[in-house]
Order: sequence, then structure tokens, then C-alpha cells
Amino acid sequence: MPGLEDLYREIILDHHRNPRNRGELPPPAPHAIGHNPLCGDEIEVYLQVENGRVVDIKVGGQGCSISQSSASMMSQAVKGKPIAEVQALVRRFKGMMSIPDADGNAIEPDPAVTLGDMEALQGVVKYPVRIKCAILGWNTLLEALEQV
Amino acid sequence: MTTTALDLAAIKQQFPLLQREVNGAPLVYLDSANTSQKPSVVIDTMTAFLRNSYAPINRSAYQLASEATDAYEGARTKVQHFINARRVHEVVFTKNATEALNLVAHSWGRTNLREGDVVVLTHMEHHANIVPWHMLVAERGIVLRWVPLTADGQLDLTTLPQLLDGAKVFSFTAMSNVLGSITPVQQLCAAAHAAGALAIVDGCQYVPHNVTDVQAWGADFMAFSSHKMCGPSGVGVLYGREALLDAMPPFLGGGNMIADVRLDGFTTAELPAKFEAGTPPITEVVGLGAAVDFLTGLGMANIREHEIEIADYALRTLTERFGDDITLHGPTDTSVRGSTFSLAFRGIHPHDLSQVLDQKNVCVRAGHHCAKPLMRLLGVSATARASFYLYNDTDDVDTLADALDGASAIFGF
Ligand SMILES: Cc1ncc(COP(=O)(O)O)c(C=O)c1O
Repeated sequence: MPGLEDLYREIILDHHRNPRNRGELPPPAPHAIGHNPLCGDEIEVYLQVENGRVVDIKVGGQGCSISQSSASMMSQAVKGKPIAEVQALVRRFKGMMSIPDADGNAIEPDPAVTLGDMEALQGVVKYPVRIKCAILGWNTLLEALEQV
Repeated sequence: MTTTALDLAAIKQQFPLLQREVNGAPLVYLDSANTSQKPSVVIDTMTAFLRNSYAPINRSAYQLASEATDAYEGARTKVQHFINARRVHEVVFTKNATEALNLVAHSWGRTNLREGDVVVLTHMEHHANIVPWHMLVAERGIVLRWVPLTADGQLDLTTLPQLLDGAKVFSFTAMSNVLGSITPVQQLCAAAHAAGALAIVDGCQYVPHNVTDVQAWGADFMAFSSHKMCGPSGVGVLYGREALLDAMPPFLGGGNMIADVRLDGFTTAELPAKFEAGTPPITEVVGLGAAVDFLTGLGMANIREHEIEIADYALRTLTERFGDDITLHGPTDTSVRGSTFSLAFRGIHPHDLSQVLDQKNVCVRAGHHCAKPLMRLLGVSATARASFYLYNDTDDVDTLADALDGASAIFGF
């Protein structure tokens, strides 16, 4: 069995203890709530999009260290990015989580997209049940983007 | 360490899975409220049945089929005695407890409940005893009322007469799958009847751990699942009073449940076949029969006594070692609780906690335990739940405590 150090990297625990971009944005900000029905975790994502760019993002909700830190890192990474880049980032992250694309094919890493600190979440892949935790914020982000 | 009520060394020997080692150490299985492990006798009985006696039931004249039918119906008789039902055909085999509760809500509920009729539930029900009623709210406009809880996670019965006033149904759990609280079933059935309501008991968490007597309770219906009581998954039981079952329309239609089918309609079979449409889980029912014999052999009163000792030891050990750092939801009085503990520990999220405990081979469930209304009441989105059964001993409690200590180290709380 892999050691837990791979899962609970210091950067993850740091985002868990001090989540970035916590809060809400007032309506009519695009907003989505994601649930992990297995464990009851909940993540809320609020966006402010101007000229096709995510100028602000807030994250609410509660959950385990993996879901919360992943959402926290996600918020840092997408803030200020054009939507097209955000979508490429989501794709890249899902690829790292071994989640196939809509056609069931493996997502090849796009060398143009860098994950930075989020590489720390790579260890989650060894714990398949936790992939849902790691991906929750990202799917919620996609739902919020659909409202833009 | 063993308890005084059961010979744990001998019992553990009978569960092959508990002999399994992972990373050189035995498994500490603390998720029996979810589903229990199976003793050799259940596995062997099912295997022997499949090898020697498997055949359709109720349908064929040949010797083998009548052997299989005898094994299947023999299990029904075992279950009848196990829960002390008056008549053997008051025992209906279903897929699981969920299907049993849906059967009641669908068949009895759709026949007898109209807009505005009141069904009383409690704040600690499993979704299986909530959602079927919500479906009738949507479809029929029935009204739900909820019995609240006390601070220590027992039913707060102070307003029960008002809640039951005018109600048609009172459906409640005999033991909470989250808090471990045991409810006063006999008293609740009597209160339901005094108000003119039916009493439906969710026995899922109670029947595997205690002596069950549906007649002493006065229950109208009672549901439970085989897989939580050392039997296989795929089979559950609905107990129903004969007069009620007789008056109800069938739930599912098809083979086995009919007396006659014509171009213009059908007539139903007698009980219990009326509610057992299609080919049932034959081997699983036979396995359930073996589980009932196994439990009866140990003695349900002994199992209860053993679990009281485990619960006492767990309450003492965990509070002595962790004090205010641990919250154990539910009653602290072991006379009104089983050995299922939902816990919160040093602010570590239940998912993380169960992951870390898994590193020490300690299997606990993290999640909402299919009781989201109760989670909201507790003000949490999830808990970690350690549930002990007849094959767990006090060493398992100590291993859990040691593993909890290890979790603090990782999260630095
Ligand atoms: C109290 C209670 N009711 C109902 C159920 C549903 O049982 P099953 O999933 O076997 O249908 C469970 C099992 O989780 C339970 O604990």
C-alpha cells in the first residue's frame, strides 16, 4: 500500500488549513453547488466573468482535505484566466486524475498547460475513491461556467 | 481480549475474511452496521446448496425441485421463529430492507393514504424509511411529521401524542444506524395504535444484534436485511401481520405471485407468494437460513450482552484517551444503545480519518450513512462510524484508538 505521505502532501494540508478565495459573490454572479453524494461533501463556486475572463472566484462549502484543498488550488489557478484557458486547465487536471474524456478516451497531458502546485494532488490517483473528492470543485466550476 | 458473553477466539475462527492479513496484519473490520462479514457455515451452506440441491422452487414435480423448495421454505420457518412471527406466511422475502419498506409504502400506502393523511417518521431514519414516504408526498399529497431527538440522540417523545394525533402511519427505526440509539419499540407501537396509526419498524440495525419479537412489540410491519446479520446480500425480509398483507394489493407483478392469469386479468396467489414475484434469490434465502441458525446458536441475548460490553469499553477507552478531542454522537447509556459509534475527532474530516485508519487496517465508514436529515440535525456533513459486531473484541477498540492517535500526527491537530 502506498504511504499516506503521497496523499497528504504539505501543500495540500496548507490549502486545507488556509483555503484561498473563500467566500461568496452576490447574485447575479454565476454560481453552482456540487455534491459528492457518497460522503456529503459540498462545494460552492461563485464566478465573476468579464470579457471572457474569470476576474474573480469564490469558493464555499465544506468537505475533506482533498476536496477543499483541490478547490482552493483551483480557485488560485483560474483567477484572472480567460475561459478558454480555464477549460484547458480543467481538462489537464482531469487527465492527471485519470478521468477519461466524454468519449471514454484517456486525456493526454497538454504540454502548454502547467499545473504548478496542483501536481501535488497527483498522489490522489492511487486512492480511487478520493478522485471524486479531488474533482468535485472542478466539476462545480464547469457548472458555474455554464451559466456565464 | 474477549468478553464474558461470547468466546471471541472461537468466533473469529469462523469468519474466513477476518483471518485475512493485509500488509502483514489482520483486518479490523468496524463497518458491520453497513454490512457484516459471513461465517463459514453460511458460505458452506450456500456452496453445498449450489453443488447438490440447486433447482427452481415451487414450479416443478421432480425430486430435486422439491428439495430446493424445502430448503427455501425451511429458511422462511427459521426466520419466522427468529423474529417470533405468528404465522410462517407473514414472512415475505424481498431483495433487501429497502425493498421491504418500499413494498409497504407502495402497496399499503397507495391503497390507504389520501391527500392530507399524516405519516410520522423520526429525525434518525435511514433514507430507506424516508424517501418512499417522500414519494407519496409527491404523488398523493400526504403530510410528514418528524419526531425530534434529545441532545444525546434518543427520540424526544414529549410531543409524540400530538405528532401522532390523526396520523395513519408511524414508521421508525428500532436502532439508529448512525447514533446507535435503540428506540423503545414496544412503547412506540402502542402509541401508534392508541392513535389509530399503523406501526412500521425498520429493524435493519436491531435484528442482527438483539432478541426480536414482533408479537411482543405489536409491530404491524417490520423490515430487515440478511446482509447485516451474517447472511448474504440480495435478500431482505418484510414481516407483516397476516390481515394487513392479505388486504394489500401485490407490489410487483409476474410469475410466482399469481393464482391465475387470463386475457382479461389475473388473481393473486396466497401469502407469501403474492409478494414474491419472479424467481427469488433462492441460494441467498438458504444462506439467510444458515445465518439465522448461526446467530441462534450463539444466542441473541449473548450477542447483545457482548455488544454492551464492547460499547462500554469503547466509550470508556475513547473518552479516557482523547477527552474533549473526540465527540461520540448518540447515547452514553449502554442500556439504550448498541455498539455503533459515529465520531468526530480533532477536526479531522471523516473521509481523511477513515483513510488514515485504513492505513492501520481499521475499516470504518465515512459519510452521511444514508441519513442526511440526521446529519443536518447534528450540524455535520458526514461522520466517521465505527460499528462493532459479534466478532469484534476489546483489542479492536484499542487498535481503533491507536490508529486515531496516528491520525493526529498527520494532520498536526
Ligand atoms: C436503519 C437502516 N434502514 C434501512 C437500511 C437499508 O438496508 P438495505 O440497504 O439492506 O436495503 C439500512 C442499511 O444501511 C439501515 O441501516
